[in-house]
Amino acid sequence: MATRTVKIASSVGLHARPAALFVQAASATGLAVTIAKEGGAPVDARSILGVMALGAKHEDAVTLEATGEGDEAALDTLVELLSRDLDKE
Amino acid sequence: MTQAHAVLHGIGVSAGMAIGNVVQVPPAAPFSPDEPATTDSASAIEKVHKALEQVASGLEARMATVPEHARAVLEATAMMARDPGLTGAIDTRLTSGTGVTRAVHDAVEEFATMFANLGGYMAERVTDLHDVRDRTISRLLGREEPGVPKLTSPAVIVAHDLAPAETAAMDKKLVLGIITAAGGPTSHTAILAAQLGIPAVVKTSGALELPNGTVVAVNGSTGEVIISPSQVEQDELLERAERRAAALKDSHGSGATKDGHAVALLANIGTLDDAKAAAAQDVEGSGLFRTEFLFLGQSSAPTVAEQTAIYTEVLRSFGDRRVVIRTLDAGADKPLSFANLGEEENPALGRRGIRLGFAIPQLLEDQLAALGAAHRETDADLRVMAPMIATCEEAEQFAESARAAGLPSVGIMIEVPAAALRSQDLLAIVDFASIGTNDLSQYTMAADRMEGELANLLDPWQPAVLQLIQHSCAGGQTNDKKVGVCGEAGGDPLLALVLVGLGVSSLSMAPGKVPAVRASLGMHTLELCQQMASAAVGARTATDARQAVLDLADQELNVLL
Repeated sequence: MATRTVKIASSVGLHARPAALFVQAASATGLAVTIAKEGGAPVDARSILGVMALGAKHEDAVTLEATGEGDEAALDTLVELLSRDLDKE
Repeated sequence: MTQAHAVLHGIGVSAGMAIGNVVQVPPAAPFSPDEPATTDSASAIEKVHKALEQVASGLEARMATVPEHARAVLEATAMMARDPGLTGAIDTRLTSGTGVTRAVHDAVEEFATMFANLGGYMAERVTDLHDVRDRTISRLLGREEPGVPKLTSPAVIVAHDLAPAETAAMDKKLVLGIITAAGGPTSHTAILAAQLGIPAVVKTSGALELPNGTVVAVNGSTGEVIISPSQVEQDELLERAERRAAALKDSHGSGATKDGHAVALLANIGTLDDAKAAAAQDVEGSGLFRTEFLFLGQSSAPTVAEQTAIYTEVLRSFGDRRVVIRTLDAGADKPLSFANLGEEENPALGRRGIRLGFAIPQLLEDQLAALGAAHRETDADLRVMAPMIATCEEAEQFAESARAAGLPSVGIMIEVPAAALRSQDLLAIVDFASIGTNDLSQYTMAADRMEGELANLLDPWQPAVLQLIQHSCAGGQTNDKKVGVCGEAGGDPLLALVLVGLGVSSLSMAPGKVPAVRASLGMHTLELCQQMASAAVGARTATDARQAVLDLADQELNVLL
């Protein structure tokens, strides 16, 4: 199992378009990926509803987890995505 | 079926006149309270997943037949129907024995509650979620999906409310007009109807009682719905609508009186979506951007970075046109969970507006810092004003903070009678003022805005209120500072003439009202507006004031009222 913790760089938080981009990328890994806020329960990273309901704001730390072949590389991709200000792109 | 001739009143949100037969949109089926518990969870799960998939593919199938802007709405709703988080929440309930429709209802409600608590953009997604719920439950009950019935001839659609996916997919040739019992001027239904050019009236009480087939005339400008108009009335209404359209055909560009005295015509906006919709229209900017939506319904105050991002986007959408942003106007009637000063006996007279900003300085400082940052980022024509200013000390304190944050143009709202009376001193401190006629009326007449029974006291034609506006403008002239109006009064084509005559330099209103006000100004000279202003202030009663002005107005104006 791979784990990463990353701070949300997007200035509007993990909302709207940044959330949709993240969910698409998580789904594209083909793995069961979860995302959790510090101290919170993990939710399915492929669920736009779950991810938006997290209410993760700018600078909030989130933890990603994945299990399966290529999990380390998959999480590296997602961490890279969350480290960018997706709303500006 | 002939219904008695009568008139229903709602809020006109998409201008135009439509006459046609009512087709009621049947309400969505609720979950079945007496359905059996789920015993075979595997087959129940399969059944619900199939229904969700049908809903999603049904929405996607419609994407090909709708205009570009509607596709995103349908796609987003379809995405929710296929969401693994939602199906997971439904599956959990089915496994524990909940009946199928109840499981769908409860799982959707779980997300809807979370979204509503997050506020802002997320709260608006609740409508989409409920749309998915209603469609899925109908499928499970073996019924047609709710929504507009297949129309075979042109009709006026009547509904409790319309889901965005429903409005977006409407065929303009078949849907003559829209009437809803719920909704609001900035709801998606209203915005989409205006984009499609379909006359629409929202918040119309009594609309749901209209039997199918009733002939109605929908006035999307005034919000009137006439039931069973006679043939003569129908002809008159259509003829009037044509004359109105002709009068508005050449209404574009900057606002000015007949003799060329410039009056900026601006839009009142309350959300980012509003800002984008208004910026796409023929307005000279925004004269009132309310910032409450950023704060209300949130569990914590928005950060400076979050606020900066939104203000920047608002300013960018207006390009080089002016944007007047009002700092947070919340109080005990619109409480904030993170800035609650406790219950008040009389919220309208309590710690609201700038008083809250001074009571919780961090709130105001953060907002001004974000506005300053957005200004540096865009170099836009940003002007910032504070609500509920009553004294010079308040104006000085606000102006000092705002200028320290790097804001180039600092103003105040005039809505407290004290501010109107002392405008000369206040405008020596700040750069501009904007009169909020709704609150100024409420405080001048000591009549609660929310109290329908006092509507006659709140009539914007009350000479006492007009006199205070006159006094406010005089205070501006002494200091060579501009005074605008950003209340409902500015959107009335007749009253707008009086305001200009009193010395008001800009009018901010719902963007849909701008064309009629612009046309009205173009029919009258500044001198005539000034005569109207004297007549109105000199009248004894609100009714006399309006009549005196109407008598002076160009006959052609009638068609715009």
